[in-house]
Amino acid sequence: MIPPAFDYARPSSVDEAVRTLADAGEDAKVLAGGQSLLPLMRLRLAFPELVVDVNRIPELRGVREDGDTLVIGAMTTHHAVITDPLVRRHAGLLASATSTVADPAVRHRGTLGGSLAHADPAGDLPAVVLALDAELVAQGPGGRRSIAARDFFVDYLQSALSPDELLVEVRIPKADGWGYRYEKFHRVAQSWATVGVAALVRRDDGHIAESRIALTNMGATPLRAQAAEQALSGAGDPEAVA
Amino acid sequence: MTHISVKVDGTTYEDEVEPRLLLVHYLRDRLGLTGTPIGCDTSNCGACTVELDGESVKSCTLLAVQADGGEVTTVQGLSRNGELTELQRAFHERHALQCGYCTPGMIMAARDLLREHPHPTPDEVRHGLEGNLCRCTGYQNIVRAVLDVSEQSEQEVTT
Repeated sequence: MIPPAFDYARPSSVDEAVRTLADAGEDAKVLAGGQSLLPLMRLRLAFPELVVDVNRIPELRGVREDGDTLVIGAMTTHHAVITDPLVRRHAGLLASATSTVADPAVRHRGTLGGSLAHADPAGDLPAVVLALDAELVAQGPGGRRSIAARDFFVDYLQSALSPDELLVEVRIPKADGWGYRYEKFHRVAQSWATVGVAALVRRDDGHIAESRIALTNMGATPLRAQAAEQALSGAGDPEAVA
Repeated sequence: MTHISVKVDGTTYEDEVEPRLLLVHYLRDRLGLTGTPIGCDTSNCGACTVELDGESVKSCTLLAVQADGGEVTTVQGLSRNGELTELQRAFHERHALQCGYCTPGMIMAARDLLREHPHPTPDEVRHGLEGNLCRCTGYQNIVRAVLDVSEQSEQEVTT
């Protein structure tokens, strides 16, 4: 229950946060919503020397449109994602899957960026951004780079982020007109998925023109079910599968 | 040590705290506000639920330094001049507690739920309180108490 001692920094801009991380080396941890990191620290499974709290960086929050893309700040909380009208309209799969994460109090603190950077294959949102073909934007000392969701999840609890990089935003192509569903099998309320499936289907003339299926907690990373996607392509009677 | 200034139940406190101090320990051990209990070490039970800047949070999963500059409401800050809130009265009248250990967090979570869904269905109440565990009641009377305050009919309550 008692976390180990650590130094605490509270940068007020992304630039300052990145500098702080770069100076600290590998013993620093970013504190976002804290709903995964603090439980790990309370059990002393994680013991960073420096905790960099990015909760007071306004530029990391909020949802905006950029043409055909929805841009969600990494520190946007689950609650804010669920209630955001732009997310509901253009990325309904994300809104609906996020509402199954944990419980209301956890959703008030936990963030989209934190769920992705944690890279827990049991988390719901990694599979969802994989199905949505999202791009994850990271900022490091050398500037920003964009990482495709399919390249972001490297291994169990391991993402493509380097220790001096901060995930700043998630860019999601608008999925207007797609059918979607997140199906989660879990033991009790607020537990992680035993398994989960995120599915998107675009119909054309009564047939499936395109589908994307990603799987939660069925491997060390979220997985795309490519063979299933191909099998659905061109299939009729979309009502039966969507 | 880090300096914090935090308003709790209407009183502003200035303190020096270790960054690793959890908000729940700050409330209980430093301020003596023991109405907010601890029921687990994995962020599941919700017994420690308080309100931070208008939203329910699990105070065991938040550092005291993160509440710096914020406003915290605990169950002890709800009644005015000894007068119970509607929700507290409904928990009493509906027998929505037995040992009373989950009750502070349950009431704080229910308050949050009703703010967002003023007229929830029984199902919405159950979902809205899924972050709060109770060992005694079996939840039935808790749902009734919350629905009482939301002015749902008895018929809806029991279905």
